[in-house]
Amino acid sequence: MSSTYLGLPSFPVAAAESTRDEQLRANLRHATHTIRAKRATAISELTDWPELRAAGAAIKDHTLAHLDHYLLQLEAAVTAAGGTVHWAVDADDANRIVAGLVKATGETEVVKVKSMATQEIGLNEALAAEGIHAYETDLAELIVQLGDDRPSHILVPAIHKNRHQIRDIFSRQMAAWGRPAPDNLTDTPADLAEAARLHLREKFLRAKVAISGANFMIAETGTLVVLESEGNGRMCLTLPETLISVVGIEKLIPTWQDLEVFLQTLPRSSTAERMNPYTTTWTGTTDGDGPTDFHLVLLDNGRTDTLADSLGRQALRCIRCSACLNVCPVYERAGGHAYGSPYPGPIGAILTPQLRGTTTELDASLPYASTLCGACYDVCPVAIDIPDILVHLRERITEQRRGHALERAVMKAATWVLDHPSAYALARQTATRTRHLHPTELPAPTPAKAWSNARDLPRFPGRSFRTWWKDRPAGEAPHGRPAREDTTR
Amino acid sequence: MTAADKASAAGSSREQVLGRIRAAIGDAPAGEVPRLDPALRTYRDTHVPDDPAVVLDLLAENLADYRAGVHRCTPEDLAATIARLLAERGARAAVTPPGLPRPWLGAIAGTEVIDDDGTLTAQRLDAVDSVITGCALAVAETGTVVLDAGPDQGRRVLSLVPDHHICVVHAPEQVVSSLPRALPRLDPRRPMTWISGPSATSDIELDRVEGVHGPRTLDVILVSSPPRSG
Repeated sequence: MSSTYLGLPSFPVAAAESTRDEQLRANLRHATHTIRAKRATAISELTDWPELRAAGAAIKDHTLAHLDHYLLQLEAAVTAAGGTVHWAVDADDANRIVAGLVKATGETEVVKVKSMATQEIGLNEALAAEGIHAYETDLAELIVQLGDDRPSHILVPAIHKNRHQIRDIFSRQMAAWGRPAPDNLTDTPADLAEAARLHLREKFLRAKVAISGANFMIAETGTLVVLESEGNGRMCLTLPETLISVVGIEKLIPTWQDLEVFLQTLPRSSTAERMNPYTTTWTGTTDGDGPTDFHLVLLDNGRTDTLADSLGRQALRCIRCSACLNVCPVYERAGGHAYGSPYPGPIGAILTPQLRGTTTELDASLPYASTLCGACYDVCPVAIDIPDILVHLRERITEQRRGHALERAVMKAATWVLDHPSAYALARQTATRTRHLHPTELPAPTPAKAWSNARDLPRFPGRSFRTWWKDRPAGEAPHGRPAREDTTR
Repeated sequence: MTAADKASAAGSSREQVLGRIRAAIGDAPAGEVPRLDPALRTYRDTHVPDDPAVVLDLLAENLADYRAGVHRCTPEDLAATIARLLAERGARAAVTPPGLPRPWLGAIAGTEVIDDDGTLTAQRLDAVDSVITGCALAVAETGTVVLDAGPDQGRRVLSLVPDHHICVVHAPEQVVSSLPRALPRLDPRRPMTWISGPSATSDIELDRVEGVHGPRTLDVILVSSPPRSG
């Protein structure tokens, strides 16, 4: 994984900081609430949404179950269409391949289409180390790059910035990267978009090499598909002579016809549009139209580890729509940076620990960055059961660690008591008899105090269920109510 | 590193990735050609009644909803409509793909028409105001026109760099209601651009604004014969 994300604090530490940033919380609340309502409207237009969702999940699961077969089919099709396929085991492998391909062209500048995979591998930093400048061309990525910032959202990496902040970044930084921002730039979105158009146009027109990701790869035909809104993707995919696409191996779908599902679900889930303004599809190279040299770098980087977990592999269905971020109460308050990965929010909380492992404090904290409310699962267009995987990963983390000494001692004692019925009965009787002496909070300064910071300890009832059951007169229910349900209501 | 070393290094990454996949999905039977169960496709083929007039109205409505200019005319009026749109735009120059039917251009006055011979550079196209193309298909439910680099559409760069795109759609033959009906009619080996309204972005506060890098004005002309009377 990219060095950009090394040594970041764990989620609770980062979130304790970010939740105090009132500007950030206001920006996120505004943006996520705007998109939530629109998304619900866009989806209500399709009466067969549940069926599309199920089909999307089934197509992805089927592809993953035969991933070797479909990757080989893709490789053959891309090669036959004039492209070159490379395989990368990890980030270093991929960065080395891409840097080598750029150097072979003799160029020192590349233009980039927004790509999560290249964020994940830290490609820009790796290219910079080789003397190659990578220019981000997506508006939000441009804002992040000019602001020397990190992305905080899958779809809109600069969601944490509002229009005033974006205006300031453009006015201050554009000149250092190329064409300066116009004088007296206002903060209306249309003017900001115009400034980006002017700033980037000279870069598009002179670019010889472009780097992209892809939303889908079609095994049957070797076709790559990129969905976008602004036209920067079309510029990068059409104008340069060399195109290098870095794509995770899970982006595969078997056939061209399968797009009919995802082209209905992805735009509506991500930008709440019936269709995004531009989708480009290409198969290898075409004489007289677009790049003459096309390279596809297939990226593993932890995906096969994820695939090996039969429950956790659902995360590889993800089509990066970001709907789960937009509905998540934790994301809305903590912001994307706290997740310490290009994949924030609920999907990041299950994807990052699977791609990177759970050896760092940060990665091991991510599956706990959730209330398990389930809103993410409800909106997921490929039905990833995120809460289920969160619990599964928590279990894995608990097992791999020895845990806290006090917790271990308590668990060990509880195991023994539950194993010995007479001891259990005695413990129960004692607990019931001493109930008036029990505290409502765990005592400070033990670490267990943290548990009752936000909770009261449960009160013991005056008699246990077992006692009541043994002593009950026929027909009595607990608390003296008749055993039969009251059927008069 | 020699070429042979490079090849063997690439080979080893490839074998490693494939080996790890096979270890991860060990349960899949080897040698079998996988096929997705068609019974899983329980979603609808279309959401619109099979009535060409209804489908065309929906296309017009959805294109307009995403800020495309929508203009309806008969085949006889097509040339005049194109000429009018160029004049209203004040276009000094318009580029056309080599296979665009010449009669479409018959009424143009005051706009230089540049026929793409495949050598126009992006820099040259940046100085051209408008582009006129046909399309391969239009999808009503999503308000989309699909260009597949056919003779009347040309290279992808033509419909990208000029700031004004006029796209001609012939109804009913080029209009389908839904995506499931569109895909079988398209050839994925051809480079394609799917266009749904002018260039836009949601990157500032997740609110959509039109006009970034692609053409900021999209005019779609829906050409259809009037229903025969009597």
